[in-house]
Amino acid sequence: MKLRKLALTASLAAIGLSSALTAYAQAKEQFFPVLVYRTGAYGPNGTPWANGYVDYLKLVNARGGINGVKLSFEECEFGYATDRGVECYERLKGKHGGGTVFQPLSTGVTFALTEKAAVDKIPLITAGYGRSESQNGAVFTWNFPLLGTYWVGADVLIQHIAKKEGGYDKLKGKKIALVYHDSPYGKEPIALLEERARMHGFNLQLLPVAHPGVEQKATWLQIRQNRPDFVLLWGWGVMNSTSLKEAQATGFPRDKMYGIWWAGAEPDVKDVGDGAKGYNAVALQHGAEPNSAVVKEVLEKLHGKGQGTGPKEEVGSVLYMRGMISAMLGVEGVAQAQTRYGKGKVMTGEQVRWGLENLNLDQKKLDAIGFAGVMRPVQTSCLDHMGSSWARIHTWNGSKWEFSSDWYQADEKVIRPMVMLTSAKYAEEKKITPRTPEQCKQ
Amino acid sequence: MIYRENGQFKTTYKTDQQIFPILQDRWAVLVLIAFAFVGIPLLVDEYMFRAILIPFLILSLAALGVNLLVGYCGQITLGAGAFMAIGAYAAYNFAIRIDGMPLLGALLLGGFTSALVGIIFGVPSLRVRGLYLAIATLAAQFFWDWAFLRIKWFTNYSTSGSVSVSNLEVFGWSLDGAVDKYLFCLILLVVFALLAKNMVRGAIGRQWMAIRDMDVAAEVIGIRPMYAKLSAFAVSSFIVGVAGALWGFVHLGSWEPAAFSIDRSFQLLFMVIIGGLGSIMGSFFGAAFIIVLPIFLNQFLPWLGGLAGLSISVATVSHIEFMIFGALIVFFLIVEPHGLARLWSTGKEKLRLWPFPH
Amino acid sequence: MAFFLETLIGGLMAGMLYSLVALGFVLIFKASGVFNFAQGAMVLFAALAMARFSEWIPGWLGVANPIIANILAFIIAALIMFVVAWLIERLVLRHLVNQEGATLLMATLGIAYFLEGVGQTIFGSDIYKIDVGMPKDPVLMLESVFEGGILINKEDFYAALIAAALVAALALFFQKTGTGRALRAVADDHQAAQSIGIPLNRIWVIVWCVAGIVALVAGIIWGSKLGVQFSLATVALRALPVVILGGLTSVPGAIVGGLIIGVGEKLSEVYLGPLVGGGIEIWFAYMLALVFLLFRPQGLFGEKIIDRV
Repeated sequence: MKLRKLALTASLAAIGLSSALTAYAQAKEQFFPVLVYRTGAYGPNGTPWANGYVDYLKLVNARGGINGVKLSFEECEFGYATDRGVECYERLKGKHGGGTVFQPLSTGVTFALTEKAAVDKIPLITAGYGRSESQNGAVFTWNFPLLGTYWVGADVLIQHIAKKEGGYDKLKGKKIALVYHDSPYGKEPIALLEERARMHGFNLQLLPVAHPGVEQKATWLQIRQNRPDFVLLWGWGVMNSTSLKEAQATGFPRDKMYGIWWAGAEPDVKDVGDGAKGYNAVALQHGAEPNSAVVKEVLEKLHGKGQGTGPKEEVGSVLYMRGMISAMLGVEGVAQAQTRYGKGKVMTGEQVRWGLENLNLDQKKLDAIGFAGVMRPVQTSCLDHMGSSWARIHTWNGSKWEFSSDWYQADEKVIRPMVMLTSAKYAEEKKITPRTPEQCKQ
Repeated sequence: MIYRENGQFKTTYKTDQQIFPILQDRWAVLVLIAFAFVGIPLLVDEYMFRAILIPFLILSLAALGVNLLVGYCGQITLGAGAFMAIGAYAAYNFAIRIDGMPLLGALLLGGFTSALVGIIFGVPSLRVRGLYLAIATLAAQFFWDWAFLRIKWFTNYSTSGSVSVSNLEVFGWSLDGAVDKYLFCLILLVVFALLAKNMVRGAIGRQWMAIRDMDVAAEVIGIRPMYAKLSAFAVSSFIVGVAGALWGFVHLGSWEPAAFSIDRSFQLLFMVIIGGLGSIMGSFFGAAFIIVLPIFLNQFLPWLGGLAGLSISVATVSHIEFMIFGALIVFFLIVEPHGLARLWSTGKEKLRLWPFPH
Repeated sequence: MAFFLETLIGGLMAGMLYSLVALGFVLIFKASGVFNFAQGAMVLFAALAMARFSEWIPGWLGVANPIIANILAFIIAALIMFVVAWLIERLVLRHLVNQEGATLLMATLGIAYFLEGVGQTIFGSDIYKIDVGMPKDPVLMLESVFEGGILINKEDFYAALIAAALVAALALFFQKTGTGRALRAVADDHQAAQSIGIPLNRIWVIVWCVAGIVALVAGIIWGSKLGVQFSLATVALRALPVVILGGLTSVPGAIVGGLIIGVGEKLSEVYLGPLVGGGIEIWFAYMLALVFLLFRPQGLFGEKIIDRV
């Protein structure tokens, strides 16, 4: 009997809930759905990103919105699980007048949403992750892997290693091991690395690590056996710090280890401390930027008034900055869309898509919004949804990340053919007709 | 009062052996199915379809399959997720490698492949029993997780290891909209539920139950354990495989092995045990409970916090969701170890006597 | 040869840690017939408590000495595990006496979810550090015998030592103390034990407390190695093949099984892995256990299964 009452109250509560949720939908606000994971195996890395993302949205509101249009947002926690991520997407996409842009921060969810987003006409920004071939906007109309894909990251790393060794010809016969998260995320760079291995004659060794990546003893035993010259680390979450600890335990020199930008943030090295000294990672343009103008603004306008999202110390850390930049790209997409469809209006997903495709963040603009020195200008087009393929390397000095190289640009001659080939294959599979240059202009 | 069977006389064996011998039950089920086909598409919105109803239908089907093996034949499995994966990847390979393969054909062939593998992985059950078997089935789970990640042929050499399907069509009916997908899953679920119900009422189902209750005794009275156990593995894996193929094709559209991880296996076992071991109806209750509860808590708690003037962070919500979910499972197991289906039948018994219980 | 030895030693040391977690499973299964899937969550919970208290205590009491802080944190974490054990017995197990194995298994999964939720709500879900002064750098041995020498990971070595010491202490406790005898009596036959006046409920609380301590030690070792975060809960999955290989009811089985699995999976990953693409160690452990099971369905040291109609 108790149970029946319980069930009754629960269902009543459910009805009340759904009516309550529809009640506070407001007009005139640009709605940003926020998919986050603050819990679970990848929570320690997902949290700073989410805090940065939300803080930037708050900051835009504090600045007065996008030409007067205020932003609203709602978080949905999915714990890095693809099916929960899809549920969150379905839940948020229609709320408050429709989601502006989705940024799932998960390659798995990106794969699952790629087709759904096209049907729902909501753009998908995947800054620094997602499918590498989605750079080709003619096929992937709704995907925006802004600032860089894994192919860019892998290419820059190889360039850097070659430069350190004194030229590409020195790579011949060298052994490079890729320690990667055994998922679509970790597998993305393999195609490019194989291409580069063929070009320069180095030997690529693939060492997968199963989710969540806490068991790597055998992996590092193999590294000790084969003694590769360099180790590329393609991990996420606890896998990164475990790799560094195992490297320390097996005596592999940390300065011969290079991580992708998701393996180059504070949570990865923090509890390894000195043990990670010398470890390098490619930076998605930015590193830790505690002195940038935008960070100072956040500290003053949000944390100064007690409105910050996370702890104050985290502001300006690598993943926090990545969240801010991701949010900024979405916001600038809206702003760009407003130049065409009417300033001070709420933009639809379709309009924002145009904005993102015609994004032009020059140095002046970046200075104005406080990102001077944090990143380079970004300009997108129909054929290039990435906008920029510049990156640099930063190194952990035992207590903080410091830049240790100049800027590199990913080699267009290597990446472009691969992008075209893979996206053409995708278009054929999905029966998509790539947009012609004329269609692009619309 | 309304639920009385007075005056319904069974004069033939046929009427006595119907699935629903009571007239009111028959009507109730028919009304329910009619409502599911006609009423729901008119009433609910797209979010309900995509996020709740379609997953519910597909996982009910999977839970049904698991229930045949665990509930009827007594072989605990923790590898159901692997068989979903086999169904999904096999269907994918049939669909892309054979030109003009119809969707339904691919799904069923996926199920058959899964059944074959199920028989192979069922062989240890002839030697190993109980919890040992449960953990041995984890071998299947981890092996197939690995195989679909590592053996490139299975994923058609996709660089990322993620596969996707699109443009689903059944006999000219294109499954694009949420409602179409829902109806398609519903049809399959009804068909399979009917098949399963009849199977467990028939000779083979009785053999399974005899094996479950005591396999040595069953062997003594002439039931072949090998045939009974392996057939249970085959049928169960078939249904789970079809459900897996649906999960990949219809629900996700694009998937990676993580969609069928060990968490999925646990989830399915939860559904079966919370719903009720050895009950077709229980599989539906269990699936509904396990799918709806977390989503409900996830949306309900912030709202509740809002009422109390608190804003709860999503992280806290998710932790509390875990706590309540865990606590409710324990609570249900204590209150009714035989699952929601038992509550249902107790309710029916009470209703029969209402309003004048003796 | 040197490399083979290195792998072998690495496997043995990893295996010792598996034994430790497996021991937690075996203790509870022996005494109460519960297959405790919450063991992993208990490891996480205990490690979180330990990590956070050792971080908080210096601030609260003004003790700067890390050793004192660690000891105090250990005591508090142990007390918390006792409370958890008592609550589990009181609120859950007592009400589920005589249920089927599968139901009990599900109940412990429910407990696992609950503990993961509570642990992260109270203690947070970031990565935390347990620093008990474990050395991190490797040592090279026998460099004169083999080229390149054999690399031994000091941290693993100490961890294995601690695990071995704990296992020995538990064996003594079981063999020599009155409570230990009572525990064994309960394990052998519930009814007989009860009829000679052994209080079942108290025994269960004690067993869960012991399992809690085992979880705490495992949590500290693993936590100091990997950092304390959510994924610690998954170490339980690595210990399952150990348990079925060794037999659910056998303490020596857990130890020997742990060593076999530890060595088996490392050797397989290093020597077979590259041939098939790597990442095989997880399923290899399960397959290994399965093959053993086909020959001995009750595990290596398990009690023989006798069927009666």
